[in-house]
Amino acid sequence: MKPPSFDYVRPRSLSEALGILAARGDGARLLAGGQSLMPALNMRLLSPELVVDIGGLDDLRGIVERDGLVRIGALTRHVDLQRSAIVVRHVPLLAVAIDHVAHPAIRNRGTIGGSIAFADPAAELPACAVALQARMIVAGMAGTRIVPADEFFLGIYETALGPDEILVALEFDAVGPDQRSAFAELARRRGDYALVGLAAHARVDADRLDEVRLVYFSIGPTPVRARTAEALLTGRPLTRDTVTAAQAALAADLDPPADTQASSAARRQMARVLLARVVMELLDPVPIGAGG
Amino acid sequence: MPGTIPIALTVNGAPVSRAVEPRLNLVDFLRIDLGLTGTHVGCEHGVCGACTLLLDGDMVRGCLVLAVQADGAVVETIEGLSERGALRRLQDAFLARNALQCGFCTPGMLIAAAALLAQDPAPSRDAIRAHLSGNYCRCTGYHAIIDAVEAAAAKP
Repeated sequence: MKPPSFDYVRPRSLSEALGILAARGDGARLLAGGQSLMPALNMRLLSPELVVDIGGLDDLRGIVERDGLVRIGALTRHVDLQRSAIVVRHVPLLAVAIDHVAHPAIRNRGTIGGSIAFADPAAELPACAVALQARMIVAGMAGTRIVPADEFFLGIYETALGPDEILVALEFDAVGPDQRSAFAELARRRGDYALVGLAAHARVDADRLDEVRLVYFSIGPTPVRARTAEALLTGRPLTRDTVTAAQAALAADLDPPADTQASSAARRQMARVLLARVVMELLDPVPIGAGG
Repeated sequence: MPGTIPIALTVNGAPVSRAVEPRLNLVDFLRIDLGLTGTHVGCEHGVCGACTLLLDGDMVRGCLVLAVQADGAVVETIEGLSERGALRRLQDAFLARNALQCGFCTPGMLIAAAALLAQDPAPSRDAIRAHLSGNYCRCTGYHAIIDAVEAAAAKP
């Protein structure tokens, strides 16, 4: 279908954009890369009075590493993350996950801020942000506030962002030499929405994991941490029994929905399979670009 | 009713100025306002890839970009790319391998395949499949398309 009618404005500064949101509030929608908003408009799932195109705010673009922190501007495109040496080296989970986000033509327009702010429960980047304990840098008329990823995702398409706020950047800790990330998802076709996915991050010491974070997506209204499984994988040798116990614990951690794509039981099985895959990957990582 | 917004862009090498409704998609602007009907409209929500075109050199979905967002941009469509011979080897290979039946997906397939070959001149069949996974063909079953892209890549 075609989008409903709306007014359009393209602010030239962040303060101008914030002023517009403050004046128009709920009737306005931000347009960044548009790869989630445009389908929703075309299908008439949304009908904003005003579309505020923030694509011209170049200050919101770019990837910077300093003092062990990586700051990624909200308008940084998926393809820019994929090609960034800083991301590959310091936030490798994003580099691996991006490969699973839709298709090249979408990744040429879609932005990290758009994906995080849209908060699609099937999206990869929100789960990665939670796994890595990213900080969301949020601007409003009153100033900037920082929201931890753990507190950012509230429900389906629902975040801690107010109607007059703009997500301007994400901040990640650069991974340390003893930290590793892993990512796996199951989809019917390359680039399709995941039936189930898992982003993981941990401290690795020989055959033991510590500070384990297992964040599932496409399995609930928000990214879901598997806390019981995390605890069972922490601080003990990773034997077959350890992994089997963690897989069994997912029964308590996850309550996957059933839909036309997969039953709840099928999603539980996929979640167990993915857990074993990411544990293997944490222990014995495949270099980025060398695997599938 | 929202008014129209003036835009100026370059399409297939020629400057174009028009006033457009904010809600107009880039692909509809090209087809309806400019008569460039080579870029096709399929699903209109970014899934099928029929509307693939180049925006400032990047392959994008024409149905997921507003015409107003292309103000100041350089757009290339299947018409312009064909005319300047940018897709010649791929087009020859598609013809030789019968890599199309109805042809609806072909402009998008060609542009997507060209984007792949630009970054990887000798992709594996798996890489070709992965790259073209965002372009749907409802006729050929894809094998002939993969064959054609592989053949075009192998040519000097």
